[in-house]
Amino acid sequence: MSIIRFFRRRRWDDERARELDAHLAIETDDNMARGMTPDAAVHAARRKLGNATLVREEIYRMNTFAFADELWQNLKYGLRGLRLNPGFALVAIVSLALGIGANTAIFQLIDAVRLRTLPVANPHDIVLVHLKDSDGARGSFQGWYPSLTNPLWERVRAAAPSSIQPLAWAAASFDVSPSGRSRITEGGLWVSGTYFSVLGVHPAAGRLFTTADDVRGCAPAAVVSFAFWQRELGGDPAAVGRTMAINGRPVEILGVTEPGFPGLEVGRSFDVALPVCAAGVFNAGILDSGTTWWLTVMGRLAPGTSVETTTAQFAALSPGIFEQIPANYPPESVAAYRAFALVAEPAGHGVSQLRQQYADALWILLAIAGIVLLIAAANLANLMLARASARRREIAVRLAIGASRGRVVRQLLAESALLAALGASLGAAVAGTLGQALIAFLRTDRSAVVLQLDLNWRAFGFTTFTATVCAMLFGLAPAVRSTRIVAGEALKAGSRGATADRQRFLLRRALVVCQLALSLALVVCAFQFVATFRALASLDAGFRQDGIVEATVDFRSLSLPPDRRTNLRVEVLDRIRAIPGVRSASSAVILPVSGASTANAVWLDGAARDRQHVSNFNMVSDGYFATLGVPVLAGRDFDPRLDVPASPKVAVVNETFARRFLKPGHPLGQGFWIERTASTPQTRYDVIGLVKDTKYRQLRGDLPPIAYLSSLQLGGAAEGTQVLVRSDLPPAEVQRSIEARLLADYPDIVLSFRVLGTRIRESLRREQLMATLSGGFGVLAALLATIGLYGVLSYTVARRRHEIGIRMALGAERRDIVSMVVREAGALVGVGIAAGMVLAFAMSSAARTLLFGVEPGDPVSLALAAACFGLVAALASALPAVAASRLQPTVALREE
Amino acid sequence: MPKRGNAPIQGELLQGTLDLLILKTLALGAAHGHTIAYAIERQSEDVLQVEHGSLYPALHRLEDRGWIASFWGTSENNRRARYYRLTPAGRKQLTEQTNRWDAIVQAINRILKPA
Repeated sequence: MSIIRFFRRRRWDDERARELDAHLAIETDDNMARGMTPDAAVHAARRKLGNATLVREEIYRMNTFAFADELWQNLKYGLRGLRLNPGFALVAIVSLALGIGANTAIFQLIDAVRLRTLPVANPHDIVLVHLKDSDGARGSFQGWYPSLTNPLWERVRAAAPSSIQPLAWAAASFDVSPSGRSRITEGGLWVSGTYFSVLGVHPAAGRLFTTADDVRGCAPAAVVSFAFWQRELGGDPAAVGRTMAINGRPVEILGVTEPGFPGLEVGRSFDVALPVCAAGVFNAGILDSGTTWWLTVMGRLAPGTSVETTTAQFAALSPGIFEQIPANYPPESVAAYRAFALVAEPAGHGVSQLRQQYADALWILLAIAGIVLLIAAANLANLMLARASARRREIAVRLAIGASRGRVVRQLLAESALLAALGASLGAAVAGTLGQALIAFLRTDRSAVVLQLDLNWRAFGFTTFTATVCAMLFGLAPAVRSTRIVAGEALKAGSRGATADRQRFLLRRALVVCQLALSLALVVCAFQFVATFRALASLDAGFRQDGIVEATVDFRSLSLPPDRRTNLRVEVLDRIRAIPGVRSASSAVILPVSGASTANAVWLDGAARDRQHVSNFNMVSDGYFATLGVPVLAGRDFDPRLDVPASPKVAVVNETFARRFLKPGHPLGQGFWIERTASTPQTRYDVIGLVKDTKYRQLRGDLPPIAYLSSLQLGGAAEGTQVLVRSDLPPAEVQRSIEARLLADYPDIVLSFRVLGTRIRESLRREQLMATLSGGFGVLAALLATIGLYGVLSYTVARRRHEIGIRMALGAERRDIVSMVVREAGALVGVGIAAGMVLAFAMSSAARTLLFGVEPGDPVSLALAAACFGLVAALASALPAVAASRLQPTVALREE
Repeated sequence: MPKRGNAPIQGELLQGTLDLLILKTLALGAAHGHTIAYAIERQSEDVLQVEHGSLYPALHRLEDRGWIASFWGTSENNRRARYYRLTPAGRKQLTEQTNRWDAIVQAINRILKPA
């Protein structure tokens, strides 16, 4: 075919039309010459030629790229159809945009925390190196991720197999003052000298660290992120080489990393990085500590090396690395230390606390949003079916004049495709807004969540896929259905086309039952997530949550010798207690329900050591129980005059501790031992008080055994303290008073505040997210199902006007008609509920780990959901039932 | 795909045959579609019925290949009609196709009626 023909295909078609007309004219002439009447002659000529339009079409198709041409035609046809029915188009596009938008937003979030690889060169070569089994590791563990001590890191660095270039890092919070006023950034990072070079990160200004910057005894120097440079330093090239105070020390800024490198932790973005060697300047002894596990070791595999090879090499090297036991390592754990082995694990996606916390929840939300979209698509399918029956005549005419069924199906599908495409484009825009809202929801005042939600090929593919599936779902079945008609039947006036209709009707009912089942399952899930959130939010944690401000005092910048730190902590506490409006205050090493914990083995004095008996601990000052409102059941609180360092060590225990570890009867005066730890020898404590049980590390789970030790008696070298302050004043006012009071005396300390109740509520973010979103989706699903049911019932009533008219003429009461419609609704809802229950059980079993206080298949949730759907059935059948009963039999029967 | 009402002529061989018959008819002189159809029927003594519907796509195909050319003229009974005539390329094609047809017929006959 020549391209010229393509552009002249219209003119050609006109030619053919004229030619065929001429043919008919000649044939007619001939026929008349043979003696036919003019009419008969024309008909005979037409019969002989066949379908002239099809002949023209066949020739036309030879002149064109049939596929593109037909597609264009179909789209034009679809657009015309939508313009004729703007209401339908609007409903369809808006519901698709919302549905596809919600799905895309959740998918993008999953993509960002789970699927996307690190923004570094060849991310698949990045591995995480960690202990194969860290159960025997003892000491203080910092950070969320598997970690090693600095002496171990130095050995790994020295002994690493040639197949891997290792690096180490640790997240930190720094007190930085880029522009005078100091503030705490959570975006601090300790990095090894190899960090940037191994990852292949380039400087945007200045230079980045090299191994020469990371040697013992180094002077601190900083590398800042591009974002920090822009935000805090005004993007000034002269900032490189300048000094900035970090934790009260002047530190030179060496350089700025290139934009788009946030670090190795997904969901966080680093501000300031210091070399690992500088940690010793701020935290004396940490570089030599064999019991402080704080550095996350990762590395880049040499090209062509497999993770297995590297793991095998580390296995061979491990005995050498773990040969030297750190000083004061607990003797009973030495064997475990010697047996440690390092393994490499792929880490091309980085590490992420956010991922650990939210990945499951997000997949479940995606499933829920997907189901809502399915329900919406089913509604659209029902609308399309209704439109198709309105267009029966049009379709019949098209089939009668020679269009093939496939052609008509494609034409009808084009309309769905157009709707889906418009819905998806609008959905992509909606997804942007929704995604930002979701990220804002995950953000708490302490942990900024920094995620880039860009429309990459995965997200684009997902949106396209979703839109295509939708178009198929709501377009294909109605299109195939509505073309399965016998043209002649459909064209006869008043014809009901009984068989084809019944089939179509069955399809509509099946769709509605599916909708009901799916939305019931969603509603059950929503009830369970809401119940989970309520159970956790209203849980009695055993301590007061309102009116308590947590003040964190950081006096690292004062560089006090260890022996003066306890005194300062006491002074700080006394000053806070003296502030008017403060009812009580107390320090605590572990803040309740903050995720922090310590645990050690304990045993009764005089009994054999039992390593299975492990208790939680907290080091608190006097006034802790009064501040948190924890009832003291027997004995007394700590007393700064009685419990001094020289006197016998004392402890207050909770009920579970007494029940589990002490002799039955009176707990006071009993003695118990705590095993030797990295920082303290094995010590005996006398029980001086018994308090009620409280939650410890988190709200979920049982009430654990807790032993409270006196921080005034035991001291400690920490350069800071956390004070719980109870007051009737508003938190902001309390914060201002404390700030004014403490900064007047110690201008260099750094303060930060949180409100205990707020912090605990924020710890329920995930549960709140699940409850809010699943609740919203559940309501939406129920609403969509109601609309679907209503649609089908009104359609039934409309189709059965004739039958109802006859029934009424034969003496049926209005009651009977109403009950007929309601029975039909009841049947649909009944089947839907039964199927939905099974589905709900399966779904909530899959989400079991996210639930609290409710079991999958919880009868209350099921009963509530079933009741909801009873209401749905009543609502959806009310109008059609009333409409049916108001029918005038004479009118209905005359219509035929 | 558009379907034809009832297709008595089907298959590739027969379609090619229609082309050959059209070329042969036009070798005798220019003619319009209607004439071509009836000429074939008359020549074959009504054995071969040309479906008029498939005649025009065949004509278009042959013209597309440059074997025939068309022009508007006036028919015997004074109607405007589109006339077709054989081009030199079409004449060559006719010879080639006739030879091939003969070869095929001889081959088939050798099988059906062995000497």
